[in-house]
Amino acid sequence: MSTPEMKSVMEPAAAQRELTLGEAIKEALAEEMRRDPRIVIMGEDVAEAGTVFKVLSGLSAEFGTDRVIDTPISEAGFTGLAIGAAMTGLRPVVDIMFGDFIALVMDQMANQAAKVHYMSGGKWKVPLVMRTTLGASRRSAAQHSQSLHAWFSHVPGLKVVLPSTPFDAKGLMKSAIRDDNPVIFFEDKMMYKLKGNVPAEDYAIPLGVADIKRSGDDITLVATSSMVQVALGAAKMLEDAGISAEVVDPRTTWPLDEETLVESVKKTSRAIVIDEGYARYGVTAELASVIAEGAFHYLDQPVKRIGAMHVPIPFSPPLEDVTVPTEQMVFEAARGMCRRS
Amino acid sequence: MANTKTSVSKQSSSSPDSGPDAYIQMYRKMAGIRLFEERVNDLYTRALMPGLAHLYIGEEAVAVGICSTLRSDDYITSTHRGHGHCLAKGAAPDRMFAELLGKEAGYCRGKGGSMHIADPDTGNLGANAIVGGSTGIATGAAFSAKRLGNGRVSVCFFGEGALGQGVLYESMNLAQLWKLPVIYVCENNTYNEYTHYSETTAGDVLGRPRAFGILAERVDGQDVRAVHAAAQRLVDRARAGEGPAFLLCDTYRYRGHHVGDVSREYYRSKQEEQKWMSERDPIGLFSDWLIAEHRATAAQLQSISAEIQSAMDAAVQFALSAPYPDPSEVQQDVYA
Repeated sequence: MSTPEMKSVMEPAAAQRELTLGEAIKEALAEEMRRDPRIVIMGEDVAEAGTVFKVLSGLSAEFGTDRVIDTPISEAGFTGLAIGAAMTGLRPVVDIMFGDFIALVMDQMANQAAKVHYMSGGKWKVPLVMRTTLGASRRSAAQHSQSLHAWFSHVPGLKVVLPSTPFDAKGLMKSAIRDDNPVIFFEDKMMYKLKGNVPAEDYAIPLGVADIKRSGDDITLVATSSMVQVALGAAKMLEDAGISAEVVDPRTTWPLDEETLVESVKKTSRAIVIDEGYARYGVTAELASVIAEGAFHYLDQPVKRIGAMHVPIPFSPPLEDVTVPTEQMVFEAARGMCRRS
Repeated sequence: MANTKTSVSKQSSSSPDSGPDAYIQMYRKMAGIRLFEERVNDLYTRALMPGLAHLYIGEEAVAVGICSTLRSDDYITSTHRGHGHCLAKGAAPDRMFAELLGKEAGYCRGKGGSMHIADPDTGNLGANAIVGGSTGIATGAAFSAKRLGNGRVSVCFFGEGALGQGVLYESMNLAQLWKLPVIYVCENNTYNEYTHYSETTAGDVLGRPRAFGILAERVDGQDVRAVHAAAQRLVDRARAGEGPAFLLCDTYRYRGHHVGDVSREYYRSKQEEQKWMSERDPIGLFSDWLIAEHRATAAQLQSISAEIQSAMDAAVQFALSAPYPDPSEVQQDVYA
């Protein structure tokens, strides 16, 4: 779903330009830092190293190491510091290298950042962005491979962003930075090299607006982040099998565009929710519930959920590979649902 | 390390900006905190206050000694035992009481309560119910102050219980690395809830900040002049860009961990409490000194107390008669 203000940039421009998802994020940060001197970036090896994923390469050269700041390996400490800095006139962007490390910042995010505005009766604000990663398949084992965005989505006061394309990544990052609330921006580390059209001009994609990545009539595949490409791949396979799949990307788990999800399923009558987090008590459960509550009388059969297998992510490739949802899994599940009815 | 020298402050000489009026002002604040807290206890025992509160009685010299050295735009973070810090930094008792009673007129519109008073107008970043939870926030406020060049300092109040939480050490490391204008004020009131601090705290407390190269001092937290003098040095130093400091204040919590903790014999004796109250009371010690030094007469101090009593009566009355927030406000201010 596109908002009117985005229409112009969505349409193919004369100067089509491709960037990777990582480059799109860096471009959004650089443009915002040029616009607003209050923005500072902090994290482990963010300056000259440009992060372990090299997403920020070159930013410290342009903005200096007093705006792109290397921190000690102290996730709770520098996140707490960034919260205090956000309350008192700066707009920090903190980098938590691996999403697994959000366990180290949970008190700061869930008890401090998320609550400051509410507990103070609306007086203090925390304009903070936390960038972190999700996604398995890098052979990084159990402490560097999880997709834990459900944890933050559970806490009122936080916003959670999950870009799935370079275009979305740039526009969503701009909105995250301009937001006066703590926003956690999850990047799939396997998608940093994914290429796509990214306009050179300034544009922002509002938080809380889903996007229909592909239109279809027979089944809705609701997919987030890393799973959007999986769903699109499955949709192509389904098309070859004569099934028309719609792929809906919520883009943010909170705020959540419930209407777009529900309207899509009212049209197709079938839905699968695919997310790389653990399915149990996770994002798939919440989205499936939203669909079930909003489109119950339109559903041909129960909403199906596909998430990471409920095991710690193993190291060995043949073990790790079976923990992550695949195009084939989505294809088979969708084909089964469409055949049955 | 040159910047880690100790000074154990004893009875201090008055610092230059602590003239007679400043001392009377400090007395007024200390007496005000005590009377405020006694009213809180009264509201609790009469079942007029929802929830609980953690009283600051006995520790007044710490908040007042420190905050009397701060500008109104300097920052503080406070704790679950925070009423004293908030009042010392300039909060008004009527809106404090209103917050404690969950009323719309409270500092946080009733959403924070006793443990979360926050007030941007007095630089109060908020009281925190996670004991080490505000160490990062206070350090971040100092980071902003340095980066924005506004000359502010940040004071992080915490109890000795927070010495057990790691984020304090992460924050101190950052503060010293980046030479931030933050003062870590450890109020050692002797008990982590119901456990004597000696049972929870290994080694030398001052050795901890000193390991980071942070200037660390210890002061008698019952002596407001000593606290004030020590704080003035550390605050001036931080404001001049010389970096963070740590001030350990030895003090004593007269009452229970919270207002409902009334049977305390299983963790400390009545004699111990009596000894602190009769020999080490910060308000008693300070008023004795003011009278002995002819800076005030007993009659003047009594009249100040009477004045505060009636102001507190009015503040309590304001809060009791103030309306509760409308239930429809529950979803307001979740997001900015």
